[in-house]
Amino acid sequence: MRYIYTFLIMFGFWILLSGKLDLFHLTLGVISSALVTFLSANLFMYEHGRNRLTTGMRFLLYLPWLLYQIMLSTLHVAYLALHPKMKDRIDPTIVTFKTILKTDIAKVALANSITLTPGTITVRIEKDIFYVHAISRKAAAGLPGEMEERLAKIFERD
Amino acid sequence: MTLTVIILTLTGIVFFYATTVGILRFPDFYSRLHAAGKGDTLSSLLILLALMLYNFHELNLANLLVAMKILLIVVFIFMASPTATHAIVDAGYESGVQPWTKKSEPED
Repeated sequence: MRYIYTFLIMFGFWILLSGKLDLFHLTLGVISSALVTFLSANLFMYEHGRNRLTTGMRFLLYLPWLLYQIMLSTLHVAYLALHPKMKDRIDPTIVTFKTILKTDIAKVALANSITLTPGTITVRIEKDIFYVHAISRKAAAGLPGEMEERLAKIFERD
Repeated sequence: MTLTVIILTLTGIVFFYATTVGILRFPDFYSRLHAAGKGDTLSSLLILLALMLYNFHELNLANLLVAMKILLIVVFIFMASPTATHAIVDAGYESGVQPWTKKSEPED
């Protein structure tokens, strides 16, 4: 099954990049996609079990919300950067918290989302402890917040 | 159409400017990366969106493909930017860079 998924993704990518739809280019595409699939399908999708299609769809629905958060975050950073008394406004700390997420992919998504949202960067993850650098008390107080719940719904509900 | 492109590009440039000022003004390694890691993402997204729109002056398959490729760049930036930020921050943490706090700053 994962061979088929990988092949479809690779072939779609090939068509997108080549942009030529004649027989010669499509045949080349099929051959190279098949070769890449044969070599790297194990690497590309290694987790068994879950239904990837629904997970992917749910993740797509999560993106608009993330985009909104990114906008807030950039505005926040821009405001701080241009504020004349910037050093009074910020109060950096490193906070740690324990996550409820189990799978690796969900943790990666959470870490990247934290980095993209206002005032926080993920420093490191050790098993299920997150170390997060927050630029102000207010940003630190919001962790892990609703993001973790949303990701738990996306990746860990069957 | 052209107006939208101009507005998007200008907003992107303003955010890039703020990011750069942030990198220069923030007190330490970690808070500078706040500016570097986040400002870039939105501003490059805005500029690339503007390019995508600009590309649609006439609608045909070739333009659509170029637009899709630009979209792929956006997706790549979205994955790569936080990951790279995280890698740099982690390297700093590993080598024991102390975060700047209010207390470490002597009062004037």
